[in-house]
Amino acid sequence: MYKKEGDVFFAKILKFRPRQGVPVFDRVLIANRGEIACRIIRTARRMGLETVAVFSDADRDTLHVEMADHAVHIGGAAAADSYLRGEAIIQAARQSSAGAIHPGYGFLSENPDFVTAVEAAGLVFVGPSADSIRALGLKDAAKTLMDAAGVPVVPGYHQAAQDEDLLAAEAAGIGYPVLIKAVAGGGGKGMRRVEGPADFSRNLAHARAEAQAAFGNDAVLIEKYIETPRHIEVQVFGDGTDAVHLFERDCSLQRRHQKVIEEAPAPGMSDEMRAAMGAAAVQAARAVRYSGAGTVEFIVDARDGLRPDRFWFMEMNTRLQVEHPVTELITGVDLVEWQLRVAAGERLPKSQDELTITGHAVEARIYAEDPANAFLPATGVLERLEFPDDLRVDSGVREGDAISPYYDPMIAKLISHGETREIALARLRRGLAHSTLAGTVTNLDFLAALCAHPEVCAGTPDTGLIARDLAPLTAEVAPDDVVLGLAAIVAAGLGAGVPADEGAAWQAGFNLWQVTGQDIALQYGETRLSACLRVLAADRVDVGIGARQICFCYRGQSWWADGQKTGARVLLLANEVVIHRGRAYRFQRIDPLQRGQAVAGSGNVLNSPMPGMLKAVLVEPGTRILQGDRLAVLEAMKMEHVLSAPRDGVIAEILTPAGTQVDSGAPLIRFEDEENA
Amino acid sequence: MSRIISQFVSGSEAARANRVAHLEALERVRAAAQAAARGGSEKARERHLKRGKMLPRDRVANLLDPGSPFLEIGATAAHDMYDGAAPGAGIICGIGRVHGLEVMVVCNDATVKGGTYFPMTVKKHLRAQKIAAENNLPCVYLVDSGGANLPNQDEVFPDREHFGRIFYNQARMSARAIPQIGVVMGSCTAGGAYVPAMSDVSIIVKEQGTIFLAGPPLVKAALGEIVSAEELGGGDVHTRLSGVADYLAEDDAHALALAREAVANLNREKPRTVCLRSPEEPLYDPEDLLGIVPPDNRTPYDVREVLARLLDGSRFDEFKPRFGETLVTGFAHIKGIPVGLVGNNGVIFSDSAAKGAHFIQLCSQRRIPLVFLQNITGFMVGKKSENEGIARHGAKMVTAVASTNVPKVTVVIGASNGAGNYGMAGRAYDPRFMWSWPNASVAVMGGEQAAGVLATVRREAIERAGGSWSAEEEAEFKRPTLDMFARQSNPLYGSARLWDDGIIDPRKTREVLALSLSATLNAAIEETRFGVFRM
Repeated sequence: MYKKEGDVFFAKILKFRPRQGVPVFDRVLIANRGEIACRIIRTARRMGLETVAVFSDADRDTLHVEMADHAVHIGGAAAADSYLRGEAIIQAARQSSAGAIHPGYGFLSENPDFVTAVEAAGLVFVGPSADSIRALGLKDAAKTLMDAAGVPVVPGYHQAAQDEDLLAAEAAGIGYPVLIKAVAGGGGKGMRRVEGPADFSRNLAHARAEAQAAFGNDAVLIEKYIETPRHIEVQVFGDGTDAVHLFERDCSLQRRHQKVIEEAPAPGMSDEMRAAMGAAAVQAARAVRYSGAGTVEFIVDARDGLRPDRFWFMEMNTRLQVEHPVTELITGVDLVEWQLRVAAGERLPKSQDELTITGHAVEARIYAEDPANAFLPATGVLERLEFPDDLRVDSGVREGDAISPYYDPMIAKLISHGETREIALARLRRGLAHSTLAGTVTNLDFLAALCAHPEVCAGTPDTGLIARDLAPLTAEVAPDDVVLGLAAIVAAGLGAGVPADEGAAWQAGFNLWQVTGQDIALQYGETRLSACLRVLAADRVDVGIGARQICFCYRGQSWWADGQKTGARVLLLANEVVIHRGRAYRFQRIDPLQRGQAVAGSGNVLNSPMPGMLKAVLVEPGTRILQGDRLAVLEAMKMEHVLSAPRDGVIAEILTPAGTQVDSGAPLIRFEDEENA
Repeated sequence: MSRIISQFVSGSEAARANRVAHLEALERVRAAAQAAARGGSEKARERHLKRGKMLPRDRVANLLDPGSPFLEIGATAAHDMYDGAAPGAGIICGIGRVHGLEVMVVCNDATVKGGTYFPMTVKKHLRAQKIAAENNLPCVYLVDSGGANLPNQDEVFPDREHFGRIFYNQARMSARAIPQIGVVMGSCTAGGAYVPAMSDVSIIVKEQGTIFLAGPPLVKAALGEIVSAEELGGGDVHTRLSGVADYLAEDDAHALALAREAVANLNREKPRTVCLRSPEEPLYDPEDLLGIVPPDNRTPYDVREVLARLLDGSRFDEFKPRFGETLVTGFAHIKGIPVGLVGNNGVIFSDSAAKGAHFIQLCSQRRIPLVFLQNITGFMVGKKSENEGIARHGAKMVTAVASTNVPKVTVVIGASNGAGNYGMAGRAYDPRFMWSWPNASVAVMGGEQAAGVLATVRREAIERAGGSWSAEEEAEFKRPTLDMFARQSNPLYGSARLWDDGIIDPRKTREVLALSLSATLNAAIEETRFGVFRM
């Protein structure tokens, strides 16, 4: 347990007295959707507040709408037509007599104009003031502000003057190692890492020459080179007068700047460093008379472990973070409750030295995305959705709900808490392995692999880890014979140990003298697998896989293989068999009728590989294309994906105009062979 | 309903001895069934597989729903016949489920003499069709046959119950809306060509199935035309040019999937003909049957001990228990299906026969399926019996059995001799299914009696001529008759000739009965009109 002691700065805010806690509102509108809306509703309800949900066309039947006491429709499916429409949301609040608006995260949560409009409408905005957001919203301005407030910022030289001696002096000031980068740079060209002053001149010359050759501009900038960067952020909370911090979170496990697994406290954190970071974060909050929940993000150089002089301010997020539950689990504080209380005019509910760390918490974000396929976002209907009941699960979807292409495809956050980091991590691993998700591809197995990664286990995560080890982390695991055998049993409709018609269970596999074997063919990724099923009874099946025979037996609600309990959870969907055993194995049932069937159309159609917005179509009918030519740009998950020609040909028809929201598999462009054109 | 209280003691010496004897008999049947199931020689099977074909049993299994029961018909047909040339008579027949529907599957085994039809092959095929026709079961023919077995043409081709009857049956069944689905998975030559052609729907496997009235050698001989089998009547020709087949399959698995789809689209449902109950297991273990039933059919035992191991909850509403006690009759359920049971506890006397007729009438009136458990050496003979009209009373029971339109299922659980065979719904009385236990013994009379009759006649002739006949000479005289009866009343002998639908493991009787009854329930139960009862 960690207790904040002996810090002069915090002594000032220890002895505050809460103001009279009269709520100025008894009904709060949540200007958000998904898990965070649900999570806010839960706390609001516990505090006796009425809740109002807003929803778009795509969200009519979602969980947050079901959970809220009131719900108001605010527009079309695209976020710009609904969740980003401030005036519609304020109108909804008026209409439903809500006295406050909680923005959640994302959408309008960090939009100062929205805050102003909310306040102008006489409503309470659950969050910081518009001024605070403005002051901290722009990165450069925030850095300047923090620098002035004495918070360390990443050192660097970004000025126009390019004199070598000046640059060398700046480099020395920044502290080696440093990175020399081309101002016009990109792709690593003109980038040199310099270990010490002796090497500076030589590397600068190289960088300049490369930059000149590559970009026709030899201007460079200098940045601190951080060898083993870690992302550590501090949760702060202010009431406009005072501020406290609720310790740090480590969010170093990132993929393309997207946090994947977060934990609190940061592994390897010393009291000294924690005090320094906490003080800096509170300093930052105080600098803007911050009110509400905020997060101060730091980059940390962890090449020699965590050291108090090696963290630098990156930015401040003026809202609740996705990963706030880990902080809640180690501090016992309900951050949403604090947000609502402070918004209602209360002082900070706890002083700094009333805040302590108990144990360790880890969160994993479960997404509908395909790790094996460049993490392409996925859609689908969640035909099964089961989580272990001994972990905290923040989710905005129910079994049977669809993952819509319009919003972030996060399914749930799984958060574990334990006495030690080892226990918390182990519980998360177990929780991931025991979660059952079907109907869409997910990153569950990737998360499980990440939780088992030696560096993660050792407590030395860094922001480059996932990119470095992406291949092993996303590697397909071939099913073993037991998994394949089970898949065959499930595919045959005997997965629950009984056929669909329970009265006929005794008939299963009945034979006078000879048990016959049925061949079950399954597709696993690119591989076609087969097993021979010899059904002896509804709960006893011999499965032949190659030369091996495995005797399966169903008892006590689970399958046993050769006398060993498999512990597997099995699922049969329309055409898919899912076996959860440590990880999820997805098999496609092969429909023998699909063979020999005439392919409708010519097959010359480019389909959308994922749901998203078709931003641009780069060709028009008649355009001759070569394999690999760019045909269209699809925007999904805030990223642009270029769709290129699968082969040579001529564009025949544009099937979907640019600007259309498309589902995965939607036909976009038809092309034909050149001679036919 | 009252439950039967078993008196059986499994640990007794007799029970152990009975069990040993039954297990030996079972082993003989199992060995015969397994040999038949293997089909042709190892070489023939390899050749078959090398052509990319599935073995016939795999074809059947992959046609059926996963885990489907398969109630095989004539599993040991042609056993020990034709010098062992036709295991299983070269054809697999049985009832299984396709998309939940009970269907009759008829599958040639091309590894046995090219799937050609021996006399028993024809008989088995016709038997399967008869079961399908009586019970309203869709038929799926998995055809891979060279047609009639030429050396046996005289016993295969011309007669009423020969090859031609197959197509006659197809047409008649089709006319009754009993679907006929043909899958051509190999040759379909000459007469065989009519199986797919006469089917409602036919499927042919690409570059593997052929249909023609005369194969390339005969065409060459007759017309001098040189043509390949594929050009003459392959899948492409028949689905594109001739229209003899409707669907072209890529391979066996695809063809079977297409056949399953054809069944799925039949738009059929089993009629509700009887009031089903939830099934209940018997109180006693069917395993006991091996210890209960004496292997020597002359040893008496109470058939209720058998019933206690077949009936739901061992419940038996015994009808007329105090009258005609050698015939046990009563109502019960097997796997939820209501049945009227008729079993033997000794020879049939006049009162037992009258009771039997009464009970069969009752079941007919109520449309309750009948189950006969045969263990009968015959109707009582002798002066007393004849004078009180045993023939008249026996005739009543035989009339009732012959006339009733409720489904009958017969299991020979012991002896089956004389008119007892008739009164207890023997083969001639068209039970929908007829099964035998390995201890069954079917003959016009017991071997001892037969030899005794012949010896008595012989002795009288010798003595009339003034000769003398020693006991040794008499024994010598009797031996061939005894041997012949012993051989011919062995159930494998009878089953080889399709006197029954198969020999079953007594421990599976309950399931076999339930599946048989379930199959019968696909047909509506017609009202019965009885013939004149000799009162």
